[in-house]
Amino acid sequence: MERQEYNITAYTENHIGLLNRLAIIFSRRKINIESLNTSPSEIEGIHRFNIVITETEDVVRKIARQMEKQVEVLKVYFNSNDEVIWQEMALYKVPTDVIAERALVERLLRENGARAVVIRKDYTVFETTGHRQETDNLLRVLQPFGLIEFVRSARIAIIKASDGFNRQLREFEEAKPGSEVIENEYLNDRDGVFAM
Amino acid sequence: MTPQTLPVLDAPTAETRLVSGAEALLLGLLAEGVDTIFGYPGGAILPIYDALYDFKEQLNHVLVRHEQGGIHAGQGYARASGKVGVVFATSGPGATNLVTGLADAQIDSTPLVCITGQVFAHLLGTDAFQETDVINITAPVTKWNYQVTEAREIPEILAKAFYIARSGRPGPVLIDITKNAQLDQLPFAGYVPCARIRSYRPVPVVRPEAVAQAAALINRAQRPLVLWGQGVVLGGAEREFREFIEKSGIPAAWTILGAGVLPTAHPLNVGMLGMHGNYGPNVLTNECDVLIAIGMRFDDRVTGRLDKYARQAQVIHLDIDPTEIDKNVAATVPVWGDCKQTLPLLTQLVEARTHAGWRQRFDQFQAEEVDAVIQDALFPTTAALTMGEVIQQLNELTQGEAILVSDVGQHQMVTCRYARLEESRRHITSGGLGTMGFALPAAIGTKFGVPERTVVAIIGDGGVQMTIQELGTLMQTGIAVKIIVLNNQFLGMVRQWQELFSERRYSFVNIESPDYVAVARGYRIEGQSVAARAELRPALEAMLAHPGSFLLEVMVAQEQNIFPMVPQGCSVAEIRLR
Repeated sequence: MERQEYNITAYTENHIGLLNRLAIIFSRRKINIESLNTSPSEIEGIHRFNIVITETEDVVRKIARQMEKQVEVLKVYFNSNDEVIWQEMALYKVPTDVIAERALVERLLRENGARAVVIRKDYTVFETTGHRQETDNLLRVLQPFGLIEFVRSARIAIIKASDGFNRQLREFEEAKPGSEVIENEYLNDRDGVFAM
Repeated sequence: MTPQTLPVLDAPTAETRLVSGAEALLLGLLAEGVDTIFGYPGGAILPIYDALYDFKEQLNHVLVRHEQGGIHAGQGYARASGKVGVVFATSGPGATNLVTGLADAQIDSTPLVCITGQVFAHLLGTDAFQETDVINITAPVTKWNYQVTEAREIPEILAKAFYIARSGRPGPVLIDITKNAQLDQLPFAGYVPCARIRSYRPVPVVRPEAVAQAAALINRAQRPLVLWGQGVVLGGAEREFREFIEKSGIPAAWTILGAGVLPTAHPLNVGMLGMHGNYGPNVLTNECDVLIAIGMRFDDRVTGRLDKYARQAQVIHLDIDPTEIDKNVAATVPVWGDCKQTLPLLTQLVEARTHAGWRQRFDQFQAEEVDAVIQDALFPTTAALTMGEVIQQLNELTQGEAILVSDVGQHQMVTCRYARLEESRRHITSGGLGTMGFALPAAIGTKFGVPERTVVAIIGDGGVQMTIQELGTLMQTGIAVKIIVLNNQFLGMVRQWQELFSERRYSFVNIESPDYVAVARGYRIEGQSVAARAELRPALEAMLAHPGSFLLEVMVAQEQNIFPMVPQGCSVAEIRLR
């Protein structure tokens, strides 16, 4: 099976120590987490992890199941890049005089969709948002012009096929889950979204 | 869970009274039906031990000699009785000494609730005396763990701990309680057991169509084979399993943790699977047309080389844990659920069959194995005693009514292979982790869990020296555990591998022993050492007749190998008889 980027989305309780419990599922198999983001989800009190790894589908499925086995994890999905809308954000700090003096730099920034966040006498901070390639492009472009600092955020991703977690959560809160979220839907379609 | 979901109670009301966190913990244990605790005190758990002083009548605390002994005792207690084992340890070294037992309980699905003391909350992260990051150290080896830093969290967290430990696929849970949380008072309104956690659903909803597919496959099968594991025992589904087997007429083989669900002599029990399992079930795994795995996880010691494992078979896998399905062996039909629910459904749908011809194949292999291995193991003609004859004599004397607790190595495989078992929970051993030193403390816990039964620990000369300090626990509690040390003066299993695969380059497998009888006497425990066949039976009889604990050392053949054997990297069909 071919290795490719997978976007893992986990809905969890907000529990101290859960990050470690999830991280060791990857480190145990010596898998590098390429990007990790935790944030609130569409539901108050439920956290959402976005994790990116490069692996085969077989491995990512086993990892997703092991994540979902953790007591505080409600649900885990994994998706290839074409199944999600994803974005990363990057910040670039460059000397203000370089931009001011060289029209070329200003044009490059504009072409790369950069937006100035802060402009000070000594430095300016630009921001871009997009796929890895786009943020990388601007990094390469700015390197020769005295780039002072660069940072890129973790990836955040929205699942195209998902209709959110509200309905599932309501079912989770029932003592007896209904057939909609009866655990083993993945057994019907093992190639699709894993759902416990 | 999240502390903010706890009710904020500031003052006692008519229905509540102020108690310390430590007392709330002990009241909770009583409410959970706990009668025995294995533990060792220390600074950070002092308030709990102080409170325990007032509960001495209701809670029997067994003072062990090392925290590892404590947790193995808790495991033995849980495995033998089916109840949750409870273990206390202090912070720092006390807690880190639990790690091996936690890992063992995690891989063998043993329900435990371990309570560790921790430094005051305001000292966390400061490298305080005996502070260690227990939560992170134990995260990979616990089903769940939680650090309590406020007294008012204790009742709810304890309730969750017991619920998580015993529900679904059981496992060890650890609660780390800071000293201030033990000391501080909380308004205690009574203990409410936990019935559910929204993010955790331990028992899957059974899909009848999966059961129907499985039954259809079974009804079409010509050469079906059942593999059962500890899941049947953990699910309390021994009767349901037996009904399924007896109706379907399918030969059934077991993993070492599943032993005893079908009695040893049951006509459809075709023996043990795996590296040192029986000849027939290993070879015929690669000839069956439908493989029905029930509550087992296809451990590598069971499957041998995976890409040559049962490739011809369609696989039905019944398991409560979804991470086991397709993990090692892809299932044609996964039946996800508690086998106590799924087995009766399956039994209803399967046809009553006998599979006489297919069943006979197992007998043929068994006859070969008896000739090549078993006869000489159990009824040797050599001068030296064999481990097998010790187990055989024990079978005759106990009639399979004792609980055996074995350690890890050659003697363990001999015990698995030759112990006569009448029901489940009669042979307790460290399966997945292979923890040497497990047996002596686990046997102590077993005796506390099932006091009415004779408990016999069977240990090698390597393993017994790893936790021999627990003889002190036996001495102090006065309970009766029979200890058989099978002494071959080697780390026998490692020696066997070095003989077979490293041209007898015996690298650090010669192990010397102390005078075990003298050591036992030092602990005021009776003992005897035998080396001659004529002495064996009388010594076993004397051991079993003795009212208290007894240590019997049996000097056995030094360089004996365990066969059959599936060499590492080979398929189960390549099992060697010699």
